[in-house]
Amino acid sequence: MSEYIEHDKTGKSVGLVEKRFFNFAKPPNEMCLESGARLGPLTLAYETYGTLNREKSNAILVCHALSGDSHAAGYYSEDDPRPGWWDIMVGPGKGIDTEKYFVICSNILGSCMGSTGPCSIDPRTNRPYGLEFPVVTIGDMVKAQKALVEHLGIERLLAVVGGSIGGMQVLEWSVRYPGSVNSAIPLATTTRHSALAIAFNEVARQAIMADPNWSKGNYHGGPTPDTGLAVARMIGHITYLSDEAMRHKFGRRLQGRNNFSFHFDADFQVESYLRYQGSKFVGRFDANAFLYITKAADYYDLPNQHDSGSAVEAFSKARAKFLVVSFTSDWLYPTYQSKAMVQAMKKCGLDVSFCEIEAKWGHDAFLLPNERLSSLIKGFLVRVAKDGGKAEDAL
Amino acid sequence: MRFDLRTIASLISPGSTVLDLGCGNGELLYYLEKERGVSGTGIEKSETEVAKCIERGLSTLQGDINTELLDYPDEAFDYVILSRTLQQVYEPAELIRSLLRVGKMGIVSFPNFSHWRVRLQLLGSGYAPVTRELPYEWYDTPNIRVITLKDFRKFSKDVGFRILKIMAIVSDFDGTSGRLVTFMPNLRATYGIFLIGKE
Repeated sequence: MSEYIEHDKTGKSVGLVEKRFFNFAKPPNEMCLESGARLGPLTLAYETYGTLNREKSNAILVCHALSGDSHAAGYYSEDDPRPGWWDIMVGPGKGIDTEKYFVICSNILGSCMGSTGPCSIDPRTNRPYGLEFPVVTIGDMVKAQKALVEHLGIERLLAVVGGSIGGMQVLEWSVRYPGSVNSAIPLATTTRHSALAIAFNEVARQAIMADPNWSKGNYHGGPTPDTGLAVARMIGHITYLSDEAMRHKFGRRLQGRNNFSFHFDADFQVESYLRYQGSKFVGRFDANAFLYITKAADYYDLPNQHDSGSAVEAFSKARAKFLVVSFTSDWLYPTYQSKAMVQAMKKCGLDVSFCEIEAKWGHDAFLLPNERLSSLIKGFLVRVAKDGGKAEDAL
Repeated sequence: MRFDLRTIASLISPGSTVLDLGCGNGELLYYLEKERGVSGTGIEKSETEVAKCIERGLSTLQGDINTELLDYPDEAFDYVILSRTLQQVYEPAELIRSLLRVGKMGIVSFPNFSHWRVRLQLLGSGYAPVTRELPYEWYDTPNIRVITLKDFRKFSKDVGFRILKIMAIVSDFDGTSGRLVTFMPNLRATYGIFLIGKE
């Protein structure tokens, strides 16, 4: 996902928020990873907005994508220029209404925005893990989130919501912890990475690993592989847009000149945009974390992780009500991939709603202001909150 | 709510499960859920209509009714509704078979092409009939088939399903009120509503 942090035009916001840290899995109780490795102690950075009700039935977990963090909404200080990454969706009266719901967002395991990842200090060596950090999976990220949710005293989430790699976490939650998920909202996502998606990630990783500063991941204390990471990010941004989006946004327009430079400067606006996005990213993200998270996304294969390799079998474990949303111009996770998961959910007799939103902005559409998406999520949440109450009465 | 939809609703037992094919903005499903405690699902191809349904809290899928039906297990619903859509379907026999696989019963409604006003128009003016129920010109109509109540009865024998109940109705100008027609329905009814089941 990219960094479209949009200010809400209504000016409504959750206001000042604070990043918190949850420490757990202290040795000898390290977390067991899917690879078989053990990892601990662990820290998850997280934020919460709104108030948990007495029945603890109004909690919603927001899962972020590749480069996101726990800062989904609000501001850190009065003069903070930018709100959290999904401030257009999370806040009072918004799609995920913080006046009704208690919203949790945590930074994923393996990232570099406050949670344990390859740039954290390995307690055994007192140096950053680097490539000594074990490969983590989407399942491991979700397992860590479950520990946080339990720590907050919540047994059952009203909803888990997220797009892209965040959407994979949503799907994983729904089959791994079916008793803890009332409803699930996977947006612009897939049950398994296509060859196309893996290919882009591999080129991005190669860009990092080809940077001489990368030094097999052991760059801490020295120069960092900024060029490689910037190129990796540029590749990412191509996949987040679409042919149509690029045509609208840039066309063949030149940047700050009327004629070609006849050099290798950034002539075109699209080149200048990608360079800018690349260099901006280097300032806030860790190259090794990029490698680990993209690998986790490539490994994600929900059908294959569950016995027979069929999506139907995987979703037969789920109990949640689903709202699946795709976007017409998303070529990273095209609509046919959302339709495939919807089909499997239907075969399992699950309550599923599906909408393909017409949007020209490609994969990133889920992060942009979109009234349709907000009202879909809002309406769906009202229903599941009501049904959730009913189900508890029945028990 | 429209009179034809109220008539359809009257055929549905409270507390049952319903799939509405081509559910539009979800008017019928919303009513059924609220008033009859039905658990409903809608299928609709228009993004705008699907969004309206989901926003009002209905479980709704965007897609084509012919293909979406295929994914459901046998008898996944008590009733499957096909309201005012049969005349637009390419393969009606296939769809009805599929509908009766997924539903224990089906409810099918369509505008009656043998209504006296339709007959008179064709006879009198010589133009293809344009009525309140079938308001299109031949060149812009989504309705690719013309069906009469009698036709549907013959269709049931050809395809092999049972007609459990027929509600022939005349709805008034704005469609919100109307009445049942028992005398000469093929001539006098504007809509036919059929409750159907497997043979």
